[in-house]
Amino acid sequence: MNFDEWKDFKGGEWRHEINVRNFIQKNYTPYEGNADFLAGPTERTKKLWDTILDLYKKEKESKGGVLEVDADTVSTISSHPAGYINKDLEQIVGLQTDKPLKRAIMPNGGIRIVEKSCEAIDVKLSPEVETIFKNYRRTHNDGVFAAYTPEIRAARSSHIITGLPDGYGRGRIIGDYRRIALYGVDALIEDKKEVMQSLEVPSIHEETVRDREEVHDQIDALNELKVMASEYGFDISRPAANAKEAIQWLYFGYLGSTKEQNGAAMSLGRTSTFLDIYIERDIRNGVLTEEEAQELMDHFIMKLRLIRFLRTPEYNELFSGDPVWVTESIGGMGIDGRTLVTKNSFRMLHSLVNLGPAPEPNMTVLWSTRLPEGFKKYCTKLSIETSSIQYENDDLMREFWGDDYSIACCVSAMRTGKQMQFFGARCNLAKTLLYAINGGRDEISGKQVASKFEPIRSEYLDYDEVMEKFDNMMDWVARVYINALNIIHYMHDKYSYEKLEMALHDQDILRTMACGIAGLSVVADSLSAIKYAKVKVIRDETGLAVDYKVEGDFPKYGNDDDRVDDIAIDVVKRFIHKLKKQKTYRNSKPTLSILTITSNVVYGKNTGNTPDGRRSGEPFGPGANPLHGRDTHGALAVLNTIAKLPYTYSEDGISYTFSITPKTLGKDEEERINNLTSLLDGYFAKRSHHINVNVFDRALLLDAMDHPEKYPQLTIRVSGYAVNFVKLTREQQLDVIHRTIQEKM
Amino acid sequence: MENLTGRIHSIETFGTVDGPGIRFVIFFQGCHLKCKYCHNRDTWDTSIGTKITVSELVEDINKYKEYIEFSGGGVTATGGEPLLQPKFLISLFSELKKLGFHIALDTSGMFPITPEIKKVLDLTDLVLLDIKHIDDEKCKDLVGFSNKLELEFAKYLSDNNIPIWIRQVIIPGITDNEEDLIKLKDFLHSLKTVQKIELHPYHNMGVYKWEKLGLKYPLKDVRCANDEDIKRAKQILGI
Repeated sequence: MNFDEWKDFKGGEWRHEINVRNFIQKNYTPYEGNADFLAGPTERTKKLWDTILDLYKKEKESKGGVLEVDADTVSTISSHPAGYINKDLEQIVGLQTDKPLKRAIMPNGGIRIVEKSCEAIDVKLSPEVETIFKNYRRTHNDGVFAAYTPEIRAARSSHIITGLPDGYGRGRIIGDYRRIALYGVDALIEDKKEVMQSLEVPSIHEETVRDREEVHDQIDALNELKVMASEYGFDISRPAANAKEAIQWLYFGYLGSTKEQNGAAMSLGRTSTFLDIYIERDIRNGVLTEEEAQELMDHFIMKLRLIRFLRTPEYNELFSGDPVWVTESIGGMGIDGRTLVTKNSFRMLHSLVNLGPAPEPNMTVLWSTRLPEGFKKYCTKLSIETSSIQYENDDLMREFWGDDYSIACCVSAMRTGKQMQFFGARCNLAKTLLYAINGGRDEISGKQVASKFEPIRSEYLDYDEVMEKFDNMMDWVARVYINALNIIHYMHDKYSYEKLEMALHDQDILRTMACGIAGLSVVADSLSAIKYAKVKVIRDETGLAVDYKVEGDFPKYGNDDDRVDDIAIDVVKRFIHKLKKQKTYRNSKPTLSILTITSNVVYGKNTGNTPDGRRSGEPFGPGANPLHGRDTHGALAVLNTIAKLPYTYSEDGISYTFSITPKTLGKDEEERINNLTSLLDGYFAKRSHHINVNVFDRALLLDAMDHPEKYPQLTIRVSGYAVNFVKLTREQQLDVIHRTIQEKM
Repeated sequence: MENLTGRIHSIETFGTVDGPGIRFVIFFQGCHLKCKYCHNRDTWDTSIGTKITVSELVEDINKYKEYIEFSGGGVTATGGEPLLQPKFLISLFSELKKLGFHIALDTSGMFPITPEIKKVLDLTDLVLLDIKHIDDEKCKDLVGFSNKLELEFAKYLSDNNIPIWIRQVIIPGITDNEEDLIKLKDFLHSLKTVQKIELHPYHNMGVYKWEKLGLKYPLKDVRCANDEDIKRAKQILGI
């Protein structure tokens, strides 16, 4: 391949095959300096952002936080005419519908879901759409429920397995949107045509049929994307010729995906350093200034901040604050030892200053202890100012995924364009433990949910007996869980295939079955109480264990105490081994995450009293966090506990949310920056995986609860993503405030 | 070496206010002073506390060495009054020295310089010296002891080239009298190794600890220090 648009680029394998990583490695300019070069917002940027802030305000005041819905048009890549905020000001264009913040319907995921979402905000769904999807066209949601077994249904309705993507799009697939900018769509179509040819095999079996249909759809999607871009007056069949086009092309790819799929997490990938190559070329050639480069990035980010999906109230309960997870992975180190930080890594983060804090895009810094000091300090400075950044361990993940992986959603690393996952939400391990004690009966409803086991009948719990039964119950949960996921992902592929995102992947990819657990700290503390204290069982008249009395003290998870931390590690290992024994859809590789997002509240609500003394209905700790108030040895003891959880056995990520008051972090700004930087270096040197960093005072959040109008942009990080604090439900807000904020006198 | 046992009140793994960098802070149990404004009243009793051996503590501290190293931090002994357990400190500090940790000692300095105390100070990289009150009479009233020993202690540190961070609690109407502050300034000028002077605004967040112990809080009617108080004190002290 050769294109005029590639002028000045150094050659390599990337010219002969689709290989974005190789292009980056040959052409990028590492940046080791500080943030002094950055430019503020231009007049255009300020004006445009003010318009958007007005729209946000209107959106917040609208019913259900939804400004407008197009309930007549089934959204596809090219379904809507071009839309603008203010055409004269916008340097990067493209909206999901014809107007900003107007949401689209995507019934392929489920017609009832669209109906419910519309009902919740008093919008009437087009009767025609309803007729088609109820009578002539099956959806993913209907497919799943056609195949679900009674056992899965029971597990689902008793909340032992919950949050499954059977009622919403699975998401967590990242198209390699950079390919569009680098190669242009036509070259990508040619590549897919070659794949099609390679699938002309002598004997056609089910798998080949599916592959051929999928590649056919991928080519359709790419053609449709060209149509969408041409609505805006751009020809993306060819590669991008400059920085502005590169951003625009890449964004069109992302935009197309968000018009086609209402996925739970629609992540962006790892784009800043790629884009830096174009920006550097233009600056070198004297056709772009720093101010203009920052303006392009700011306008790109404004677009990302406008992405919206129509979702049900149930979805919002699980993942509150209307998140999209436009996750952008920033920084990291290359395997050759050069940093992947570029000036554009700074520009991406600098939007938090130019436009103010925001939950999207989900800024994810890939931290290495070897990152340039200037970059480290800029990141921690912004964390202290905006609480909008999460950090993940690049030194650890690079060993697993190389140096061109991206984070999907919160903590799921995947090789960009070479890997995808079947998102599997999570199962409730705390409830699983209660089922083990109760022989498979639900502690709240009393129903026999799991296959009948012998319950524990003794007055006091015996550790070995509980562990044996818990182990058996984990076998049962793992089996039902994977069965449910196999059905879900079979149907998702069949009825709601992500044709554009998958068109931006290689043909041969790694698929993971991304399972998850909730309630790890509750399980660890419960088992620790049983082992190191005495736990008396209180049963109701039917013999159901409904409460526990703990006599004596016991080591608690979150204090860097091996006695209990080892229990947590053991549970993680046991559970992933059980998942690995199951047969999975498309031979996907089972992985595990310790991540709850905000669903720790819902999981806790549906779980009875636990042997650690936690009361029925109380929230779990988010992700891998200890239960609120159980950590007594200060911030670093908690970090050490979290760092012990083995990534090898939890490859889909281990999430920890850290909140600290500015005063506790240090006396002045300089000290705070230094301490936070060292804290991250120390934490990641211990091979931990993830941390959300919040720096704020409790008083600020309390004030924001009472006066939300004063804090339209107040952003906080919760397990794996960031939210507008004022968009959370009151229940969620209280959970955040009561959750461990590290503070001292 | 004998594995000595000490009595501690608690530990803080992420100390950021007691010396440079990130610090592992050991709060020792027991204090002989009777500071009316004490915000850790629960650390006075010398007969209670969690027993811990030097090796247990060193093992625990080692778990945090990454954070400490990256930040240029160390270990801080505070309390309570750590110098009430000098043998334990000698043993602990010797072990920590071998491992390369920076050691800070937060003390009132209300001790005669005995051979044991000398040994502790030999092993100390930084003393956080809390000057209780520069005026002897007022000092007696405020903490129950004359300030003679602590001023001599400060001089010893200066003469032996041991770095000092001075800490002075600013209690409105009690420690921020202009005359006293000038006196303090003059005294500090006479010391050669003062690297930093920290003014701590008096707060009443520790009052509940007195109440929890069923005790009357002696400074009930004294207000908390505000930014203005600190600014004024800084001006007088010329810092």
